[in-house]
Amino acid sequence: MRSTILQTATRYLLPILLLFSVFLLLRGHYFPGGGFVGGLVASIAFVLHSFANGAEASMKIMRRKPLSLIPIGLGLAVLSVIIPTFFGYPPMTGLWLEEKFPVIGSVGTALFFDIGVYLVVLGVVLTILFTISLTQD
Amino acid sequence: MIDNHILAAIFVHLITAILQLIAWRKTITQRYLSVGGTFLALIVAIRLFEKVYTDGTLTLNASNWEAPFGIVFVADLLAVTLVLLTSIAGFAVSIFSTTGLSRQRMMYGYFPIFHFLLMGLIGAFLTGDIFNLYVWFEVIIISSFVLMTLGGRKAQLEGAIKYMALNILASMFFLTGIGILYGITGSLNMADLALKIQAVKNQTLIGITSIFFILGFGIKSAVFPLYYWLPSSYHTPPSAVAATFGGLLTKVGIYAMLRVFSLIFIPDEFTKQLLLVIAVLTILTGTLGALVKTNVRRLFSYLIVCHIGFMVGGLAMFTKIALMGTIFYLIHDIMVKTNMFLIAGVIRQLRGSMDLAKLGGIYGEYPKISLLIAIVLFSLVGIPPLSGFWPKIFLFQEAFGQGQYFFVAALIVGSLATLYVIAQLWSEVFWKNPPDPSVLENKFEPMPLFKKILLVLPVAILAGASLYIGLYAEGVVQVADRISNELIDTTPYIEAVLGPKR
Repeated sequence: MRSTILQTATRYLLPILLLFSVFLLLRGHYFPGGGFVGGLVASIAFVLHSFANGAEASMKIMRRKPLSLIPIGLGLAVLSVIIPTFFGYPPMTGLWLEEKFPVIGSVGTALFFDIGVYLVVLGVVLTILFTISLTQD
Repeated sequence: MIDNHILAAIFVHLITAILQLIAWRKTITQRYLSVGGTFLALIVAIRLFEKVYTDGTLTLNASNWEAPFGIVFVADLLAVTLVLLTSIAGFAVSIFSTTGLSRQRMMYGYFPIFHFLLMGLIGAFLTGDIFNLYVWFEVIIISSFVLMTLGGRKAQLEGAIKYMALNILASMFFLTGIGILYGITGSLNMADLALKIQAVKNQTLIGITSIFFILGFGIKSAVFPLYYWLPSSYHTPPSAVAATFGGLLTKVGIYAMLRVFSLIFIPDEFTKQLLLVIAVLTILTGTLGALVKTNVRRLFSYLIVCHIGFMVGGLAMFTKIALMGTIFYLIHDIMVKTNMFLIAGVIRQLRGSMDLAKLGGIYGEYPKISLLIAIVLFSLVGIPPLSGFWPKIFLFQEAFGQGQYFFVAALIVGSLATLYVIAQLWSEVFWKNPPDPSVLENKFEPMPLFKKILLVLPVAILAGASLYIGLYAEGVVQVADRISNELIDTTPYIEAVLGPKR
């Protein structure tokens, strides 16, 4: 059953939710938020879209399989963990750039770790949900 | 001494797994990556072992947080020895998996999960933080659960449910124990705990807490009243998976016991008696189970239980010689048990069955492979120059010295029963003529030569390692000697983590 109200609302909610998820991601390090919550909110945006338009349509706007986000996210997280060892610090040490970027704020290895978590969560949740909803049809 | 590279083996496995996820469904690429990754990890592990053997314990403060506050990784001799053995076993199993496993299972991500499992094992050996140890245990459980169900046959799911239920229970006991320990001392760092526990006035409470750890690790290492999940689940997954499980998973439980009961809880008389009773009963039940089973892998599963008892008994006596016996047995057992399940896989390829009654005649057709397998079986039984013999000397000597005659009796029964079971296995599988050759299917003969080599080479590598342990026992005894010294006098470990005494 397709609802016009839900479809129209989703068209506006999808970008807002995605933007909100990025906001949560960037707020992460010192305040409540971070990659995990951000990833969940982003996946909820796509889940809402799939409720309104069907899972196939959501797969189409994703362009690539959600499964492929998992290795990218993991790779980014691992890189951010390993990079400090090249500067002689133990793995996972937080290294930060001196000056702050506009909008984004401070940039450091922890941010990349969070982006990695964000992608992994998004990939895992969507893989599970799309697998379930596509096998039911 | 602080060294920022002791986690290298973990990263090798993690990166291998990520690359394999990128090559999802490209099983041939994944095979090359897996063999390459485990080989690299083996080299890294050898280098780490050399470094620790010459320089002493190395530590790493993750995230650059000072020792009692952050998570610390400690590479002492016990940890790196186990990392080395895990890497050897992982390399062999990885080679075996390239041909010994159906393509279907590889499509659903066998290789990435296999590497996550090895990563979890190495992490568990290297961590110096008790909550972090719990986290690594979870990594191991989740990977092993996926590996066990991969393929989704009915028997596999049945085995996996038993396996998961008991292991989650074990994790709960373990976590409860950690919670109480943190409540009493306010620390999770194992070296810090070792100091703070001695200052606690209410030692009864500490004793009760240690029971949680005995239960948790007891389930994981499959000791007497808690072992039954093991024989009812290990015969279900494919042999490559069973080899990793049988060789390494129960040994993590033994490692955790060795670590916790030497560093945090020093065993008192009650704990020692309890562990000794558990050890005797474990040996006896494992023996009885092995005597009646007619499936090759079920039989091996009960032998695992039986030999876990040997190691727990050594820990229970808690003297230098007994610990040397336990550690030597651990070294020998990882190599042999992994190999046993690989051999079960080879037998399946040769004959298409694992039922003792249906098998037979392998020696007549494949004398070279049979002789290779014989080396392993002799090592397991403990025929003198081979690896199973030496640790038993230490265990017997100490058990006699302390007058623990029940344990001596159990050791004798356990060893004789192993001999009997293996002799029976040899005559049934290798010597007798198969009762009905028409039901047997030989998948091995039509394979191209390099596939045959890939199946037999891992058995040969591990058999070589067993031979090395047996024939060059002096070197291994020296390693075991140093490890048992470190286990009894933990000051070097504590000082390596927390710095010299303040």
